[in-house]
Amino acid sequence: MSEVIVITSGKGGVGKTTTTANVGTGLAKLGKKVVLIDTDIGLRNLDVVMGLENRIVYNLVDVVEGSCRPKQAMIKDKKYSNLFLLPSAQTRDKTSVTPEQMKALTDELREDFDYIILDCPAGIEQGFKNAIAGADRALIVTTPEVSAIRDADRIIGLLESEDFKQIHLIVNRIRMDMVKKGDMMSVEDVLDILAIDLIGVVPDDESIVVATNEGEPVVNKPTQAGKAFENICRRVDGEEVPFMEFQPDGFFKKLANLFKRGY
Amino acid sequence: MGFMDAFFRKRSSGSKAKDRLKLVLVSDRANCSPDTMEMIKNDIIQVISKYMEIDTQGLDIQITQTASEGGNGNVPAIYANIPIKEMKKGSR
Repeated sequence: MSEVIVITSGKGGVGKTTTTANVGTGLAKLGKKVVLIDTDIGLRNLDVVMGLENRIVYNLVDVVEGSCRPKQAMIKDKKYSNLFLLPSAQTRDKTSVTPEQMKALTDELREDFDYIILDCPAGIEQGFKNAIAGADRALIVTTPEVSAIRDADRIIGLLESEDFKQIHLIVNRIRMDMVKKGDMMSVEDVLDILAIDLIGVVPDDESIVVATNEGEPVVNKPTQAGKAFENICRRVDGEEVPFMEFQPDGFFKKLANLFKRGY
Repeated sequence: MGFMDAFFRKRSSGSKAKDRLKLVLVSDRANCSPDTMEMIKNDIIQVISKYMEIDTQGLDIQITQTASEGGNGNVPAIYANIPIKEMKKGSR
């Protein structure tokens, strides 16, 4: 059975696109057939995070308008032959696609894929409505910040009013050293406020920046964030995976990092 | 954080953030402006004043979250704490 998952947050810059790339790649790694759809029309980004920007011929709007078939627009991943990207259009705007067209497209793709993952634009306007139209479930990405959590709460409210049954939370960019000092809300604090089920916690990790620089999802790398995304994928796929404990770097680790960085 | 700060530490910014969020979300979720709240408050005072004398100073009305009876998460609820001074004669 195939599933359509929308990855959304309300606020911009909390890690939706990075999450989409990593959850998609992670699921492909588990052997699932996956297509990622960048629904952020006008602000195309998922292609660069995946490192596939040079291979784009057709895009989402071309598919929806019938200028090409979905298969023609889909780009195969560099590493996994069961992972595809349907890029967004860069020179059009959100109104080029309607929720009905998006639903028709995702329904069509269900026949060929195990997971259809939609990278939702920030905001709650047309782009958001397009992205959620055909989705079965939602992963909400937030960071432990007042503004991101407030927007996540709004998004959860909107999804609930659209009768979404499965809404899960990913707490991104947590810094355990700050949580320990009391200077950052903990995962428990965030859950207490948002009152939805947690599906993953991703630590603030430099490896994400490096991975994005290289156009290579972090889930392919042996890092804390990579492991965290891997766990999220297994949970998405229905497996029970215990939540990992993130340890802030100890004294010796910090010292080692100091030498490694050369300052 | 210096040595002395450990003793004279103010409330952590994390818990401040949580408290601020809780407050802002209550009004967000209820989709209710402070003006509307004030109007609701005044109407409640009016209605209750018909039957009893109440302490308008000690009055506290707010929208909070409460677990829904259906068991599906939290729902907004109006909580009113209205101190009664005296029952009005002939109110029964």
